[in-house]
Amino acid sequence: MTAQEVRLCGLLLQEHFGNVVEKVGTHLIRSGVLTLRALAHETKLPLDLVKKSLCVLVQHGMCTFGAGRRGPAGPVEYRINCEHIFHMLRYPRYIYTAKSLYGDTGELIVEEILQRGQMTMSSTVKTVADRLTHNMPEGQSMDYSEVVSAFSQLVETHFLQRCPPLASAGSSSSGAVDTPLPFATQPTEPESNPDCYKLPYINLTGQGKRRRSSEGGEAEQRAAKKARTDNSECGDDGIYWQVNFQRFHLHFRDQAIISAVSCKLDQTSSEIVRTMLRMSEVTTPAHAAFTQALSANEIFRALQSSYNIARPNLDQYLSLLVDDPMEFVGKTGDSGGGMYVVNLHRALANLARATLESVVQERFGSRSARIFRLLLRKRHLEQKQVEDFAMIPAKEAKDMLYTLLSENLVQLQEIPKTPDYAPSRTFYLYTVNQLPTARLLLQHCYKTVCNLIERRLYETKENKRLLEKSQRIEAILASLQATGAEAAQLTESLRHHINKLDSSENQVDETIFLLESYINSTKTSR
Amino acid sequence: MAGSRGRGRSQFTFNVDALGFGRGDSLPTSAQTPSPLFPPMQFRPVPLQTGEEVDYMLALKQELRASSKNLPFHIKAARTKTDVARYSDKYQNGELKNNCIEWSPDWSRMPKELCIKVRKPRKTGAKPQLKQKPKVAAKKEEVLQKLETLEKREEEQHSEEEEDEEKKKQNDEEEGPDADEDYDEEEIEDETDYIMSYFDNGEDFGADSDDNMDEAVY
Repeated sequence: MTAQEVRLCGLLLQEHFGNVVEKVGTHLIRSGVLTLRALAHETKLPLDLVKKSLCVLVQHGMCTFGAGRRGPAGPVEYRINCEHIFHMLRYPRYIYTAKSLYGDTGELIVEEILQRGQMTMSSTVKTVADRLTHNMPEGQSMDYSEVVSAFSQLVETHFLQRCPPLASAGSSSSGAVDTPLPFATQPTEPESNPDCYKLPYINLTGQGKRRRSSEGGEAEQRAAKKARTDNSECGDDGIYWQVNFQRFHLHFRDQAIISAVSCKLDQTSSEIVRTMLRMSEVTTPAHAAFTQALSANEIFRALQSSYNIARPNLDQYLSLLVDDPMEFVGKTGDSGGGMYVVNLHRALANLARATLESVVQERFGSRSARIFRLLLRKRHLEQKQVEDFAMIPAKEAKDMLYTLLSENLVQLQEIPKTPDYAPSRTFYLYTVNQLPTARLLLQHCYKTVCNLIERRLYETKENKRLLEKSQRIEAILASLQATGAEAAQLTESLRHHINKLDSSENQVDETIFLLESYINSTKTSR
Repeated sequence: MAGSRGRGRSQFTFNVDALGFGRGDSLPTSAQTPSPLFPPMQFRPVPLQTGEEVDYMLALKQELRASSKNLPFHIKAARTKTDVARYSDKYQNGELKNNCIEWSPDWSRMPKELCIKVRKPRKTGAKPQLKQKPKVAAKKEEVLQKLETLEKREEEQHSEEEEDEEKKKQNDEEEGPDADEDYDEEEIEDETDYIMSYFDNGEDFGADSDDNMDEAVY
């Protein structure tokens, strides 16, 4: 875990769960694996607080536990799953995707499950129905069956999955888990459970209840507690559902590819690629380098008739896509009118490369970007060759190269003629390696998000002080109107800043997603 | 190798002028201070994306942040009592306690050692009052009856007085908390400005604590 990643985890935990969980989580990330007592001792927090924090983290899937080094007889050890914490940055994107695919009901279902970590189907349905009823006009209420159908759709398309059952050999389900298997043998993959996407049969009929606002917080608490205790009546006790982040990520990846195609070529080509991706959604495993081969006939049949693409036009579009240097689509055979695949990993690599080039362009100018692109394509070049190929005068080229070198975006490769590496007898070649540069940029992104969050916290804190001051001034001065306007202006500009910072976080997160996907795709292909 | 050293001494594979300084010149001065906190930028950043989607996600993000502060997963440490124990603590500080958890997780999915008491919500004032008043009354009656029978039976002995005294003490103690409870209930019924539903009368205090520590000590 790099320093920036740890810092980001800490800030995210603090934002959502408070200082206590942040302290526990950060310490656990830094130490790797710890037992409960060691953790309490090292963080110097009361044991109960540590227990509560670990409960929260386990509930949200950010912490896993297993038998430690001493085997099943020894104390339980805890480990933090950092990727899960980074996903918290992307929650708005997941919820918005669910909304665009399955409407308001889907949006609320995903939001509830994200906020609570894991939930049973019945409690989700009840809570969502109540929330929807609350927003409906008087007299109407949301039927449970509609929410159940939205839930089923989400499960069928694998956006929700069952939480993996704890693999404790032979222990009864009534007692707590006291002999968990060691980390190595514990099946951590939820997909290894054959019932992963099976909906339980639940006996749930009714409608959402409208909460009277006059009853206040107590009634909410009572209703919420009551809903939880009613779980066992519905027949799905013990079956918890969580959000399947991987599926959402595949969806985002597909969206990125489709929008790239539509920017580079045109709308029709992007529709063809969208059809191809949709057809191979179910058949392509998660880390595949390319989709299943699809014949042109199949693609033609699956295309929506609203696009009105004739068969010969389709062939032309496909050959255009294949010939495009971005290599989104590849041709793997000639049967069935031509077998085509979408090159997923290559597409991700190209998207990451485009991101790198864009970053260099925005920070250092278009001529530096030209040098960078040149080095990406030509791999190794001497300084003289760089000047010649980029058509930039020597002095400026030298300057730009040295700036890029100092920022670590360009590396120097020494090729010695003699074993003593004498400078007069060594070739110095400039080169750019895409993967390490992508990793570097990803760390910069993490640092950026950390800085954005800290700035936002700072601004909120500043404004709290200013608001308090202005309130005191109001009390002292008689001229309410003047100071009121100032305070209003202050809050306006502050709101604007905070919105900007939040928006930037969301946007940086898109870049983070792209780079992370690219780096993960290179890992699996090795 | 040795012979050609003299001839090829100042020949480099690259153009020396490209380095930026000639032979014999001093190297450019190196920076002695860390880079500035906000380094000046050569180019202005590209403006943020705008649009309906972006605005919706922004609103979602802020909403999520606000609502997560109200969920029971947001853990705050209980305030430690700094100075003298105050009378108002009984009414005000019942809220946050370190040893109870505000939501009820599925304990079968968690390791046993994490199990702590789940905080039960306080029922409204009417119910406990009904239950406890007859209880209190019954207790008092029982105590009085016991007293009477004991007095009748053991009138002669010395120790009887002591026993009576002990019994009276016990009864006083029993009555004490009863009276306190009674007093509390009455206090609660009367209009106070404190939210009574948060009051935890500490009946089940001490049920947990460190009795889960019978695991291996090493």
